[in-house]
Amino acid sequence: MFLINCPYCGERDQSEFTAGGEAHIVRPKQPTELSDDQWAEFLFMRKNIKGVQFERWNHAHGCRKWFNIVRDTSNDKIHAIYKMGDKPPIK
Amino acid sequence: MSENLRITNNKFIDQTTRISFKFDGKTLYGFKGDTLASALLANNIHLVGRSFKYHRPRGIMACGTEEPNAIVQVGKDSSMTEPNTRATEIELYEGLEASSQNCWPSVNFDIGAVNNFFSPLIPAAFYYKTFMWPANFWKLYEYFIRKSAGLGKSPTEPDKDIYDNRYLHCDVLVVGGGVSGIMAAKIAAKNNLNTLLIDDKNTLGGTTLFQQNECFKINNSYSNEWIKNEIKTLYSLKNLTIKTRTSLAAYHNYNYLLARENLTDHLDLKERKNKIRQRLWKIRAKKVIIATGAMERPLVFNNNDRPGIILSSSIKKYIDYYGVKCGQKISLFTNNDSAYETAISLNNSGVVVNSVVDIRDKTNSLIVEQAEKLGIKIHWKSTVVNTNGYKKINSIEIMKLSDDGTSVVEKKIKEECDCLGISGGWTPRVHLFTQSGGKLKYREEDNVFLPEKSELDQISIGSCNGDFELNEVIKNSVYSTNKFLNVNNKDYENLEVTSSKEIDKKNIWLLPSDKPFKKTKSFLDFQNDSTANDVKLALREGFKSIEHVKRYTTTGMATDQGKLSNMHALGIVAETAGVKMGELGTTTFRPPYTPLTFGAIVGRNVGEFFDITRNTPIHEWHVEKKAEFENVGQWKRAWYYPINNENMHEAVQRESKAARDSAGILDASTLGKIDIQGTDASEFLNRVYTNAWSKLEIGKCRYGLMLNEDGMVYDDGVTTRLSENHYLMTTTTGGAANVLSKLEDYLQTEWPELDVYLTSVTDHYGTVSICGPNSKKILSKIIPDLDLSDKEFPHMSFKNAFINDIKCRVMRISFTGEHSYEINIQSSYAKSVWEKCFAAGKEFNITPYGTETMHLLRAEKGFIIAGQDTDGTMTPIDLQMDWIISKKKYDFIGKRSLYRSDTVREDRKQLVGLLTDDPNEILEEGAQIVSETNKQPIEMLGHVTSSYFSPNLNKSIALAVVKNGKKLKGQKMFVPMKNKTINVTITDTVFLDKENKRLNA
Ligand SMILES: [Zn+2]
Repeated sequence: MFLINCPYCGERDQSEFTAGGEAHIVRPKQPTELSDDQWAEFLFMRKNIKGVQFERWNHAHGCRKWFNIVRDTSNDKIHAIYKMGDKPPIK
Repeated sequence: MSENLRITNNKFIDQTTRISFKFDGKTLYGFKGDTLASALLANNIHLVGRSFKYHRPRGIMACGTEEPNAIVQVGKDSSMTEPNTRATEIELYEGLEASSQNCWPSVNFDIGAVNNFFSPLIPAAFYYKTFMWPANFWKLYEYFIRKSAGLGKSPTEPDKDIYDNRYLHCDVLVVGGGVSGIMAAKIAAKNNLNTLLIDDKNTLGGTTLFQQNECFKINNSYSNEWIKNEIKTLYSLKNLTIKTRTSLAAYHNYNYLLARENLTDHLDLKERKNKIRQRLWKIRAKKVIIATGAMERPLVFNNNDRPGIILSSSIKKYIDYYGVKCGQKISLFTNNDSAYETAISLNNSGVVVNSVVDIRDKTNSLIVEQAEKLGIKIHWKSTVVNTNGYKKINSIEIMKLSDDGTSVVEKKIKEECDCLGISGGWTPRVHLFTQSGGKLKYREEDNVFLPEKSELDQISIGSCNGDFELNEVIKNSVYSTNKFLNVNNKDYENLEVTSSKEIDKKNIWLLPSDKPFKKTKSFLDFQNDSTANDVKLALREGFKSIEHVKRYTTTGMATDQGKLSNMHALGIVAETAGVKMGELGTTTFRPPYTPLTFGAIVGRNVGEFFDITRNTPIHEWHVEKKAEFENVGQWKRAWYYPINNENMHEAVQRESKAARDSAGILDASTLGKIDIQGTDASEFLNRVYTNAWSKLEIGKCRYGLMLNEDGMVYDDGVTTRLSENHYLMTTTTGGAANVLSKLEDYLQTEWPELDVYLTSVTDHYGTVSICGPNSKKILSKIIPDLDLSDKEFPHMSFKNAFINDIKCRVMRISFTGEHSYEINIQSSYAKSVWEKCFAAGKEFNITPYGTETMHLLRAEKGFIIAGQDTDGTMTPIDLQMDWIISKKKYDFIGKRSLYRSDTVREDRKQLVGLLTDDPNEILEEGAQIVSETNKQPIEMLGHVTSSYFSPNLNKSIALAVVKNGKKLKGQKMFVPMKNKTINVTITDTVFLDKENKRLNA
């Protein structure tokens, strides 16, 4: 059970949060113009990295805000937390 | 009680307070301060169980958590009985009743011991090999195996004890209250760090507490005297919390730890009433200091499992701490110096020490010299090749070791004894360290795995970090703690420590015997009964990974998780396979370190606290009317209202008929309600629903279908436009929270530019739904000034109104196909409005109906229930609801997926109606549908999703999803059941009032 530093509330227990999968997957602005393959790429394809991964998290039992986390999935170490729409502070 | 097994000058046991207890039905006596194990030993009872596989007699072997044999069932009460408890950890209390667990019918007469004679037939994986095939035989064997394998009995009634969970935050957590832990806790607390020190024993001090030996002195006093003063100081420190009888169960990431505190298990039964039995502490520590010590290893030699063979350090604790002699004539067998401490303690307490058998060449450390000075005989470079005695050891056979240690030489000496102490060296307790993700390194000189690298803010100190000599323990623990806490405590700067230094080390994982190896029984895992032979067999059969060997032989898989056996298993595997220990790795230690009760885990979350229960504001009325309730998510919803002993079917038939014939009333408060406001509210709805919303007039309602991005139906409900920029959305009862989350997600992440605000108002309003041809008359009685004409207040519209000056919202919407209204009013008024409606409807025989009738009525109309008729694989087109997909809108959630190659397939499963040939035959929901009965295998074309007997149509009706169903209207199909096949015909989904005339009736 790790600790997450919510950018709006501060450090809280993981149990207050829900994970929302890979970050920085932008919903296409013109879905109708995409081929089946292109749409499938957005719809289904997600990375599942052992190592550093960019993820969406939601403070569901708190401020209910979504934000992004850079987490190492092998040891749950969190390298960065930043608000939705912000550029990732690390690469 | 055999008085002669107790020494009287003991400081830790209160020999003035006698305690009576029962073991295997026999009344025995012990003293306050005893454990069940020490009291049994004082009564000369060693035999406490039978081994798992061969049912060999087994005795108490240790004095703490690592005990593999003395596993007992405690308590007789069917709600309180607890299996798998270690006699070495049970503090004796008045009235304790315990029984041997792993033997049936009794510990002395044991049917399973027959296994022992057949033991050559029971090699590793015997259970797998014999009973996996043929499968039918397993059923036969299982009963006897389970019974004689003694896995303990679970309580059959709810646990009456009280358990608790609490959170705790600290700067420093110190696990283990031995020398290292005590010093670390003192350093931390004295430097103003908020410190917690826990220990699983009932007192601090570890083994130093009873170490009164010339060879171990601190500042010129015995180390036990010194530590007593240290403990006294600790209890006066104000930043320090000390919890004894508290064992660390799990060490998770981010220094999150679980510790179980035992609060009442040591009390007399009558003192426990209304007290919390166990508390699970959920600890967040900024820094963790692990000081869990080390445990002694056994030695692996022929017949090393007889009752009376005990770990040497445990014999020492029994004599020095509990004042109990494990025997009158004790032999010791060792590969290291620590057995000599035991020999000296025994000698000082007047116990005859026959000899020490030491596998090493003669060595001259301080402690060995002291033993020699006391006249204790030592067999150097020797090993025990066999032991004798069935229910208790009575002699050992000793031979000299060859120079390379692989065989024995010279004459065999037989030595009579009633107890054998064994010591195979020490294993640092690194379990917590590895649980936390730490990596181990191997130290070859004394064959130990030690903490190497951890990602967390933690250190290991003392013997769990590989320091075994007192002066090193003290020096290194103090240095490491100061460095770790970044402080400079000088309390222990000038300590003068005397300790014996071990000079020679030697280790043989599997000791040789004069008998051929295959004829020996050298046990590795005492609880799961696996031998060195089993491990070697596994290797011969091709198993290489230690994890596989472990599972195949079950070594280390019993309730003690192989605390005593793992190192030897590894050693033998490495030796046989010719690899280095360090390269082999270890098996994984998983939480909990010691078994945890379910009670401690769930704490207070039992009974009505197990989960949140949500009641509607009208709930009490339903209870008064003796409604049966149905769980819908966390909600309790009225299911049906039986009168005069009606069963469910009868009640539902009556309610359904009444709702269509005259009037029905339903509590719809549980439907999810989301208040949507903002200048972009209409645009937002356009994007989340499949149909168009911009042109919906103020005061009008519209049904909407919400999809997932994959095009599958997610939720549905009616949304009302309250004003230009203000909507009230309803969702399904079960979907409310998820829909809100989904909408918030899109608003925050995809469309942050939209000016929209979402508020859940589900609990703010109660909803009374009245339906049926007389609903209009009833409503007009309650709100006389509201114009209910179809022109002013048509279907799918809404009005603000007042009931007794209380504002409410009235929607004319229908989930039953009847003329109906939904009154939404502040929750606190909902019950009185309901009662008003009920009173006003009396003359029309208004009938309260529950969820079952609601489901039946909507099925008659072919309305879907998201989650019942859909399952996350149905598109609106599959549901034959093409009409609800806007052709004009450029985009909405899931739109693009509706014309993916898979979603446009014609032969997808589609929603259809089903009528049975026999109108009285009611289909089972979930039943499969096939098109023919003769061919095998039959293709499953679909299944029944909703099925009822309709009292209004006087026949059975059903909804189903069927492959290519749209095109199969009028086709005959079959529903094969266990004893018969039901003939059905595919129909339209609307069974009643296809023209929707009743909406305006
Ligand atoms: Zn927050």
